[in-house]
Amino acid sequence: MIPLHWYVGLASALFCIGVCGFLTRRNLIMMLLSAELMLNAVNLNLVAMSYYLESLRGHAFTFFIITVAAAEAAIGLGIAIALYQHRRSVHTDSFTDLKG
Amino acid sequence: MFIPIYFWYSAFVIVLCGILAISLRNPVHSVLAVLVLFFHMAGLYLLLQAEFLAAVQIIVYAGAILVLYLFVLFLVNLKEELKLSAFVPGVWLGRGIAAGLFVLLIWMLPSFTSGIKGNWPSAAVSQAGHTKALGGELFTTYLIPFEIAGLILLVALVGSLVLAARIEGEQSGRSGKRDQNEHPALPPHQEEVQP
Repeated sequence: MIPLHWYVGLASALFCIGVCGFLTRRNLIMMLLSAELMLNAVNLNLVAMSYYLESLRGHAFTFFIITVAAAEAAIGLGIAIALYQHRRSVHTDSFTDLKG
Repeated sequence: MFIPIYFWYSAFVIVLCGILAISLRNPVHSVLAVLVLFFHMAGLYLLLQAEFLAAVQIIVYAGAILVLYLFVLFLVNLKEELKLSAFVPGVWLGRGIAAGLFVLLIWMLPSFTSGIKGNWPSAAVSQAGHTKALGGELFTTYLIPFEIAGLILLVALVGSLVLAARIEGEQSGRSGKRDQNEHPALPPHQEEVQP
């Protein structure tokens, strides 16, 4: 029987890896991928909690998070392509144009 | 004996692939590392008796979302990915923030106290089947969130179409202008196009 803390520790490590990638990379697609890593860490946390607390609530939350992650990936990559077509660059400096 | 070894193997591969994914210079290699990470995450879901979520993880994450990332990476020009200054001033500041957050989370971990247990112990889930149990919960307790999730997917679909259509409109407008410049003898509506 694996203790719950191992799963939570692993999820914390993965979340911090995602935070590090989000802060250090400048490529917009890599930042979105780091956000996916963070969402996966939260999913693992929810599923482990749900297993050890004998409930299905975390599984339902994980299901909805996967849905939202799919929508976020579609919209984010659509914005990335629009920015790329507009500025021929996918770096985040292009977002300064959105300030008007 | 087998289960802790499997957990440590999966944890090692997940952390290694995560670090590789954020440190590799080529984004395609990063996406492939994340693919391996998602497969091992599905393995951990199997260990936690979440078979349906493991299947969804492989089908949706590894099958749909990462393929979408790969399509976009092949659409945009990778050679234009240049090194710029970091999101926070200095790469090591970002790494320090992440490491500090990790230490903080691990430090707060022993103060976790488990809450009230639900009515789905692992024996009941394995007896009913995870798909059936989760489906029952989704269609009874979480019916309204399920509908909202469908609405979110519809919004994402319409949003993607709107973004793509705007790009097409801009391109056709640009090519139309170029045609007008190439054929100046033709009398287009230049007064309206260029006020």
